Amino acid sequence: MAGTLKDATAIVGIGQTPFARRLPEPEKTLACRAVLDALADAGIDPSEVDAFASYTMEATDEVEIAKSIGAGDVTFFSKVGYGGGGSCATVAHLAAAVATGQANVGVAWRSRKRGSGPRPWTDTAVQLPTPAQWTRPFGLLRPADEIGILARRYMHEYGATRDHFFNVALACRNRANQNPAAVMHERPLTREMYMTARWISEPLCLFDNCLETDGALACVIVSAERARDCRSRPVYIHSAAQGLPAQHHGMVNYWTDDPLTGPAWTAARQLWKQADFGPHDVDVAQIYDAFTPLIPLSLEGYGFCARGEGAAFTEGGALETGGRLPLNTSGGGLSEAYVHGFNLITEGVKQLRGSSTAQVPGAATCLVTAGEGVPTSAILLRS
Amino acid sequence: MPGDTLLPPVIDEDGTPFWEYAARGELRIQACAAPGCGELRFPPRPCCPHCRSFDAEWRAMSGRGRIWSYVVPHPPLLDAYAAVAPYNAVLVELADAPRIRLAGHVVAAPDAPLDSVDPARLRIGAPVRIAFTEQAGLTVPRWLLRERA
Ligand SMILES: [Zn+2]
Repeated sequence: MAGTLKDATAIVGIGQTPFARRLPEPEKTLACRAVLDALADAGIDPSEVDAFASYTMEATDEVEIAKSIGAGDVTFFSKVGYGGGGSCATVAHLAAAVATGQANVGVAWRSRKRGSGPRPWTDTAVQLPTPAQWTRPFGLLRPADEIGILARRYMHEYGATRDHFFNVALACRNRANQNPAAVMHERPLTREMYMTARWISEPLCLFDNCLETDGALACVIVSAERARDCRSRPVYIHSAAQGLPAQHHGMVNYWTDDPLTGPAWTAARQLWKQADFGPHDVDVAQIYDAFTPLIPLSLEGYGFCARGEGAAFTEGGALETGGRLPLNTSGGGLSEAYVHGFNLITEGVKQLRGSSTAQVPGAATCLVTAGEGVPTSAILLRS
Repeated sequence: MPGDTLLPPVIDEDGTPFWEYAARGELRIQACAAPGCGELRFPPRPCCPHCRSFDAEWRAMSGRGRIWSYVVPHPPLLDAYAAVAPYNAVLVELADAPRIRLAGHVVAAPDAPLDSVDPARLRIGAPVRIAFTEQAGLTVPRWLLRERA
């Protein structure tokens, strides 16, 4: 078949639990709540679900979800690796499955107690595969240390400053201040707070790091044809891509010729190749923000500006409401919740439904990206 | 011994020779042994991504390099690292093979603790040379600042 994913499927339901540093319920319960919330939003009975997709780091597997929510026979299920790099790929895998007739109703989800649970890097018994033996013993223990290395090099090569990273943190915080569901709602950030914050891994301070959050989210994917009969306004999956560049090494991508061009560049080439529009037609962007420097790196990778210009792009309120590219309009991982980027997907849907708490007027196109640095993924949504 | 409780490398089969040479005080990097290729590769792996040969050798490096980038981690950290925080963690590009970069620490002397050099003395591009010390029972590389020639 001359297959294309373009607009063949749509997100018709989104669901979420509250977000907090600590939620009392177990991850499995939170997962079921988010999935059922998304199906109710779509107006689809849980017994119709026949496809699931999540992250390899998701602790609740599809067997547990399917039997808890009362799904029927399931004919497609997949899990995507590399932590937050898998977020958009869960949607992409379901879009492919639905578009090719392997399933009819797909549910993607992420449930995580990262706020009250352990930090993954403290588990020294579970070493990451190969690259870790070359970095962890030398004190690059945490993702913040690994990305901090790239951030300092980026600052050195292109004159990026802490003020540029602050621009990112501030835009996310300002949007969170408008979003009652955000962990950082009603907690404004100032430049002075940022510049005097404690270090996590120089050159990154506390506010360059995402939150640590308990919470769960889900979305429902069906064919474009089916979507017209659903309760909510369809948001079409216009283009989708994963990205694992040649000679890439994972989060510690230190051994390629050019470590500052990460997986975003690979995903972007495939994403735009399939799309009817380009970066300058994107009305609003939800860009994975585990760390502030990922934003300028991703702005370059996804073609919003040239190599080395990502930091300067953030100047003059470009990422704020009314700016060139309103960013992470729910507050993102930095200020709404850090749930491995799934809240960026649901916020993209809200923008194209016109129901965001920081609505971009008339938004019709949205880029959503997954973790940069790790093997990644991205989707283009349109209304 | 300083650093005795720092993390040991979890060594895989491909990387074993690196650590065996390190125990002898040698920095060697895996290279393709196929005639006409000879490309260095790091981290080690079973076959050559350029010519797909499974023949490999371990080529001696000069042990000189430059700081490509660095961080200064602060807590929260694992206890053994928190005890010496803030310390430096650097990525060194090898003079013999600039695309090969080794993570490590710049220290005042081979057996000196991780916080023995003031981070203010570190610069991207600063020349360094390798030294070896014991960490959790294994011989691992450290880096010493060297004066610019
Ligand atoms: Zn070869």
